Amino acid sequence: MSALLEVEDLKVAFTRRGEPDSVAVDGVSFDVQPGEIVGLVGESGCGKSVTSLAIMRLLPERGNRVTGSIRMDGDELTALSDGQLRERRGRDLSMIFQDPLSSLNPVITVGLQITEVLTRHRGMDKKAARAEAVELLDRVGIPDPRRRLDAYPHQLSGGMRQRALIAIALACSPRLLIADEPTTALDVTIQAQILDLLKQLVAETGTALVMITHDLGVVAGLCDRVNVLYGGRIVERAERHELFRAPRHPYTHGLLGSIPRLDGPPGEDLAAIKGSVNDNLPWTSACAFAPRCPNALEVCTSVTPAPVEDGRFLRCHNPVGAS
Amino acid sequence: MSLLEVEDLAVHFPITQGTLVSRTVGHVYAVDGVSLTIEQGETYGLVGESGCGKSTLGRAILKLTEPTRGSVRFDGRDVAALKGEELRKARRRFQMVFQDPLSSLDPRQSVESLLQEGMKAHGLTGGHARLQELVDAVGLPKGSLRRYPHEFSGGQRQRIGIARALCVEPDLIVADEPVSALDVSVQAQVLNLLSRLQAELGLTYLVIAHDLAVVRHVSDRVGVMYLGGIVEEAPAGDLYADPQHPYTKALLSAVPTPDPEAEDRRERILLAGDLPSPAAPPSGCRFHTRCPWRQADRCATERPELRQLEGAPAGHRVACHHAEAIKAGTIRPHEVDATLVDEAAGFPVDGPDHASSVQEILGR
Ligand SMILES: Nc1ncnc2c1ncn2[C@@H]1O[C@H](COP(=O)(O)OP(=O)(O)OP(=O)(O)O)[C@@H](O)[C@H]1O
Ligand SMILES: Nc1ncnc2c1ncn2[C@@H]1O[C@H](COP(=O)(O)OP(=O)(O)OP(=O)(O)O)[C@@H](O)[C@H]1O
Ligand code: SF4
Ligand SMILES: [Mg+2]
Ligand SMILES: [Mg+2]
Repeated sequence: MSALLEVEDLKVAFTRRGEPDSVAVDGVSFDVQPGEIVGLVGESGCGKSVTSLAIMRLLPERGNRVTGSIRMDGDELTALSDGQLRERRGRDLSMIFQDPLSSLNPVITVGLQITEVLTRHRGMDKKAARAEAVELLDRVGIPDPRRRLDAYPHQLSGGMRQRALIAIALACSPRLLIADEPTTALDVTIQAQILDLLKQLVAETGTALVMITHDLGVVAGLCDRVNVLYGGRIVERAERHELFRAPRHPYTHGLLGSIPRLDGPPGEDLAAIKGSVNDNLPWTSACAFAPRCPNALEVCTSVTPAPVEDGRFLRCHNPVGAS
Repeated sequence: MSLLEVEDLAVHFPITQGTLVSRTVGHVYAVDGVSLTIEQGETYGLVGESGCGKSTLGRAILKLTEPTRGSVRFDGRDVAALKGEELRKARRRFQMVFQDPLSSLDPRQSVESLLQEGMKAHGLTGGHARLQELVDAVGLPKGSLRRYPHEFSGGQRQRIGIARALCVEPDLIVADEPVSALDVSVQAQVLNLLSRLQAELGLTYLVIAHDLAVVRHVSDRVGVMYLGGIVEEAPAGDLYADPQHPYTKALLSAVPTPDPEAEDRRERILLAGDLPSPAAPPSGCRFHTRCPWRQADRCATERPELRQLEGAPAGHRVACHHAEAIKAGTIRPHEVDATLVDEAAGFPVDGPDHASSVQEILGR
């Protein structure tokens, strides 16, 4: 099976005159198979959003440099003109964000925002688009969809807004959906509804999903394969059962140890990772995790660990469980 | 005697309308009849979803918000009756730690002056040695006293917030979402710090959080809030092992755990619809509009009281009319029609005139 999306050696550097470049994404490579759910997980500032914005070509026009290759169905997206890419965005690949209120237009009804996509990308007339919009709202679980077409975003609750955004993203049956923290702003019972909806949509439509989150719990139940990011690099990648059963990168290992569990022994100290992401920003070479890593060797602070692909993808000089 | 006794506490915020003559058109029932007690040295965890009234309850306990009714007794004394000097003295004994440390710390003050200010307000004086001891105790790096809040990471700022609460040697700390703005690896450090300080200083905590795993980890007892009221209260272990209220069951089943096998096995209780607005809380049991176990009798008409089921462990109380039958499995969960909540309901918002096309509005 050939990959739907292949990202290869993606680098994003933010440039500001008179200052050294700041590298936010540093050689990220991963792929997504048709119908697959792939997770990108990591803590604040590790480059999750910048990676997805680079794929969608939604980074600010100025002040950054993007290199590497992004292929969809074998087509090089980086070689497309802005117009060509806009055409594919919405039709082939689509994105939803953490804060639906900021990605919905506040002065336009939800219905109009959906029908606009349908008339523009699928060439429907107004009446057909309206009927399809009702279908879509119904499919994402918005009760009484006909009436909700005339609602403005602020009249919907957070969970319903996120559903409306998903409906817009799905309007053109994209084959790839990128979701950047789509449930982070929601309550846990509403999050459960949205995750359930996404899972169901992937199963029904065959859309592939890239799920971006900082929550390892969300990834554990949803994703087929998981990429763990730290300091702008993918440090580990594995099938979800494998990853959680035996995390090999000290960062993944530490992250899992620091999460309090519903079924864990209460009161005992958590195995926290020392320091914070800010400790070594900006990093220049070597392993970005080295200053916080309990396994760090001398080489970790001087040589960038090369990617190794043996059963799973790993970037570490001294992984957990190695003797 | 318990350190803190809260009885039938309520906070109703008036909703007013009109600019010239403002009149009250309704109320937000943020907290509506909460009773709880916290023992010396204990950690009480308060969980619930956004808007259920956790912060308002915490603020009302500390007398930062005037309660509409009910009483708060701290160390046997009615807090409402305290005034002036007495109130100031009592305030020293209960302190608050906030979610967003940066917004609660004055950016122009160094850590040293922040701490000194807190102490001075309560007539305490702290020499440099005492301040250094404090920043050491919360695990801040050397030289922190001379630095300013923006020079610290999120986790370190939360440590400053904790140091500031500690500097007046309080008995009770109300921590409102103390770790929810932090990365998980850093969150673990702060949770460990809180429990170490409790063991060393004999502190009593009221920890407010929406993360059930965090609450379970730190708390001795847990209260689950829904729309202004506590629907279940139990020792932490009992609550998680045997949730009795339908809402608690749904909440626990919704928490994603970092364990794929458990996730694959899990049966979620998905709640239909949104959280109702606290300005128009449902009648009877406030959960009845979303409850998969709702029955035709009582649920919509009579507000259930917290009570202990027969055979339940001491201190495990639940506010549900049908808790026995649900536990015994004689009534089964059923489908619930989702009811939507109009975010703007009760709050008049002028929507724009209906636009005929997107292009028109955007001027494209
Ligand atoms: N427009 C920008 N200009 C300069 N630096 C930026 C810009 N956008 C992001 N960055 C930097 O790039 C890095 C990666 O940011 P990114 O938003 O991808 O993180 P993230 O993993 O999505 O984090 P979070 O979980 O907080 O959303 C950060 O250090 C951030 O400060
Ligand atoms: N000063 C105020 N005036 C009017 N309404 C208020 C005020 N403070 C809070 N509310 C309302 O009271 C309700 C409870 O708010 P509260 O902040 O206590 O909830 P919470 O449980 O802490 O939520 P979160 O998890 O989002 O922090 C909300 O509907 C809120 O909008
Ligand atoms: S009292 Fe009725 S509506 Fe409320 S939780 Fe129990 S069964 Fe559900
Ligand atoms: Mg992000
Ligand atoms: Mg709050």
